[in-house]
Amino acid sequence: MGRGVEDVVDIVELTVTALAERVRGRQLSAVEVTQAYLARIAELEPTLHAFITVDAEGALAAARTIDLRLARGEDVGPLAGVPIALKDIFVTQGLRTTCGSRILADWVPPYEGTPSARLRAAGAVVLGKANMDEFAMGSSNENSAFGVCRNPWDVDRVPGGSSGGSAAAVAGRLCLGALGTDTGGSIRQPAALCGVVGIKPTYGRVSRYGVIAFASSLDQVGPIARTTEDAAALLEVIAGHDPLDATSLPQPVGRYREACRRGVRGLRIGVPAEYFAAGLDPEIETAVRAAIDQLAAQGAEVVDISLPHTKYAIATYYLLCTAEASSNLARYDGVRFGLRAARPRDLRDLYSRTRHDGFGPEVRRRIILGTFALSAGYYDAYYAKGQRVRTLIRQDFSRAFERCDAIVVPTSPITAFKLGERLDDPLQMYLADIYTISCNLAGLPGLSLPCGFSRQGLPIGLQVLGPPLGEEQVFAVAGSYEQAHDWHRRAPEVRR
Amino acid sequence: MTTAKTPWEVVIGLEVHVQLATQSKLFCGCSTQFGAPPNTNVCAVCSGQPGVLPVLNAQAITFALKLGLATGGTIRRRSRFARKNYFYPDLPKGYQISQYDEPLVEGGAVEIWYEGQPRSIGLTRIHLEEDAGKNVHLATGAASLVDLNRAGVPLIEVVSEPALRAPEEAAEYMRTLRGIVRALGICDGNLEQGSLRCDANISLRPWGQQALGTKVEVKNINSFRFVQKALEYEIERQSGLLTRGQTIQQETRQWNAEGGRTESMRSKEEAHDYRYFPEPDLPPVIIEEGLIDAVRAALPELPLQRRQRLMEQDGLSEYDATELTRESELTDYYARAVAAGALPKRVANWMLTELLSRVTDARDVAQAPVAPTGLAELLGLLESGKVSGKLAKEIWAQMWDSGRTALQIATEGGLFQQSDSGAIEQAVRAVVDAHPDRVADYRAGKTKLMGWFVGQVMQATQGKANPQLVNTLLTQLLDG
Repeated sequence: MGRGVEDVVDIVELTVTALAERVRGRQLSAVEVTQAYLARIAELEPTLHAFITVDAEGALAAARTIDLRLARGEDVGPLAGVPIALKDIFVTQGLRTTCGSRILADWVPPYEGTPSARLRAAGAVVLGKANMDEFAMGSSNENSAFGVCRNPWDVDRVPGGSSGGSAAAVAGRLCLGALGTDTGGSIRQPAALCGVVGIKPTYGRVSRYGVIAFASSLDQVGPIARTTEDAAALLEVIAGHDPLDATSLPQPVGRYREACRRGVRGLRIGVPAEYFAAGLDPEIETAVRAAIDQLAAQGAEVVDISLPHTKYAIATYYLLCTAEASSNLARYDGVRFGLRAARPRDLRDLYSRTRHDGFGPEVRRRIILGTFALSAGYYDAYYAKGQRVRTLIRQDFSRAFERCDAIVVPTSPITAFKLGERLDDPLQMYLADIYTISCNLAGLPGLSLPCGFSRQGLPIGLQVLGPPLGEEQVFAVAGSYEQAHDWHRRAPEVRR
Repeated sequence: MTTAKTPWEVVIGLEVHVQLATQSKLFCGCSTQFGAPPNTNVCAVCSGQPGVLPVLNAQAITFALKLGLATGGTIRRRSRFARKNYFYPDLPKGYQISQYDEPLVEGGAVEIWYEGQPRSIGLTRIHLEEDAGKNVHLATGAASLVDLNRAGVPLIEVVSEPALRAPEEAAEYMRTLRGIVRALGICDGNLEQGSLRCDANISLRPWGQQALGTKVEVKNINSFRFVQKALEYEIERQSGLLTRGQTIQQETRQWNAEGGRTESMRSKEEAHDYRYFPEPDLPPVIIEEGLIDAVRAALPELPLQRRQRLMEQDGLSEYDATELTRESELTDYYARAVAAGALPKRVANWMLTELLSRVTDARDVAQAPVAPTGLAELLGLLESGKVSGKLAKEIWAQMWDSGRTALQIATEGGLFQQSDSGAIEQAVRAVVDAHPDRVADYRAGKTKLMGWFVGQVMQATQGKANPQLVNTLLTQLLDG
């Protein structure tokens, strides 16, 4: 197995499929791969802070096991040796899981969640737990209780959020793939801001068992990777029915990798006017429109569509997600796990001090908003009405998908913004999700992939939306576009 | 029909929580076994660890359907779970998964027999929910501990209309409901283990008034006796207030069994706002027609139907039939003894006196040392005059202790009744001859002495003589 220095350097540039093939073929050992990535982490993590926990020991142990099993001739799975970062929202048995919060700063889970268990069973090596906004509430990763994460393309800028650590780690080559969660754009928006590929699948496509809940009816797990095919390879492993999640879908998993090469000939691509309105950075609009032209040139038919209730999406989203969050976060009470206020006077004191000290300001804000929206006398005006508007937004999409097979829009109205720039203005921060939220409300699959760079050298994201369980169409469109460009091959030079 | 001593009409509605006898909890695979060491029937799901999700126990749905169909309710083809949000240390998730505006069953009624008449108590709804854990407060006051073994155990809540009019009626309703859920096999009915718990809503209003008075909810009642006592206490308290011209505060009170009184828990203003909303982790429950048909087809006979059948087919008295159908174990025992050839009336008498006096809980007759066939054999000996009633009780006692059959005991102990008229006649003559003075008294009109003569003969024969025969022979001799 003699290799030159060049080969070693190239390890971190291999795609998921190429790397797993070499590990399975034993041209490359899982330990070598893990070491190469751990070296990248050692070099760049102090600058980027993409991780909350790096588990070098656990990763090397897992890699050694994979190599051992391969040596015995066993099949270790399609992701043999693929180094992965898990957003710290994924529950990992024996490995601290914080959800970006002080309240879980020392929580070592007694069980393993389904998505990470499936990755491990497929041979992936977990390098550590990625940084994130506390309880996935945020669009900049600045709400992490463990410090901000920086964008590898410009370390003075945010990586997006809430899966900011996952996207930054993938973009900075600190891992080959990552898992994130997306409640209102938390995979796609950081993927766009970091110049990588991220997909939020159809609601229920990936099990939520062992994924710490933010807003249960909106949360969905998805991969972040450097190419659409890498994302497809990861999704094929984690998707599929799970008896432990009653909302997970029973339908068979699609052939996502194959779909990436299917092309767009004959596909109808919908372009909604509502997504090219005021507030959209002109540079982004230009890039996205160029991408649409590109797809047309590749054989797609472009049709104008309308999603008339789009303007209500943000208000609807923040009513529903805060309501669900207020209930989901009730279990952090200091009684069974996590932070517990010292020497409480009484039960009320235990609750209020534990929760005040344990939750950051944005989380507290959302719990209060959600509690209010569900309160007696307000339920109908807020939560119930929000549900009705959600139905209207869903209907917008089902009508639109009668006329097209996929929808192409920008992922984010802006490129990566400066750290601290929007911290004092939560409403401005909420607007960062304006193009991603409807997809969650409607439960649709949505993918973001790079479609260019701004004059400042910041990545621009293109978003492809599909009908429920239309992941294959989404990959077909994304894969087709990607083939004609090399945006995804550009790597940031992290300025320390 | 009720006690109209006061100027107030009593209106009562009960919410009974019935713990379902499923093997595992409502949303995880943990055991529901009662009495396990604290926090041993607990997993990540029922202890509310971050990231877990509920998966519905299908058997719990079937159990709830059984009660819904047995009480003639309407089964919702699509029902939903909802979250009831409140903070308490025994509630691991900070919310209870329950049902709110879309319960599994609506309507229906429980037929009860009260004051010699049938009454139909309407039901508002039956819904499924999970139980909470249990807080244990150390006597030293040093700490409160939480036991989550019960957290997630399936309950159905049976909500009655405000259709009950007296504490005894409420107790009878609860008793009947317990009989039904036991007959359906969906609840073990162990009151002392909290398998049926009840919250009572009670209000008073002037007779003839349509509008309901201000209601008070009394929580934490777990026996028939306490439901009656708590309601009696509340009627006293409320009618006292009303009679003095005061008003009733809408509030939640708690039954204090030791003190025999209800105590205020929280006022209307302090009432929880549970912030119910549909449980997003569970899809709607869709009930297929086929499941309803299958559950309906497998419904067993209910206690009240059994009671009717025992009266009509077997000719039992209302009292006997009622008592024998209180517990299905009693009815089963009875049915098997009758099937073995014993006379229904005799079986009923024997069971309600001799059998029940030997068990602490009527349900224990299922494990009684004397099987129903054994009782039938004994009653056969009694019926044919082979043993006397007095000796039968003695034989029964020996059967119970030794496990031997009535025939064995009677044979070995020589306990068969003497019906040989020659031998008895000899004994009768001996007694008459030995007491000429008493014979004279008798013949002079003191006929009450007959009993004394019978006693003497029975004593002389060690109780084995057939008393009827003794009577006949004595009459012949003394009167003749």
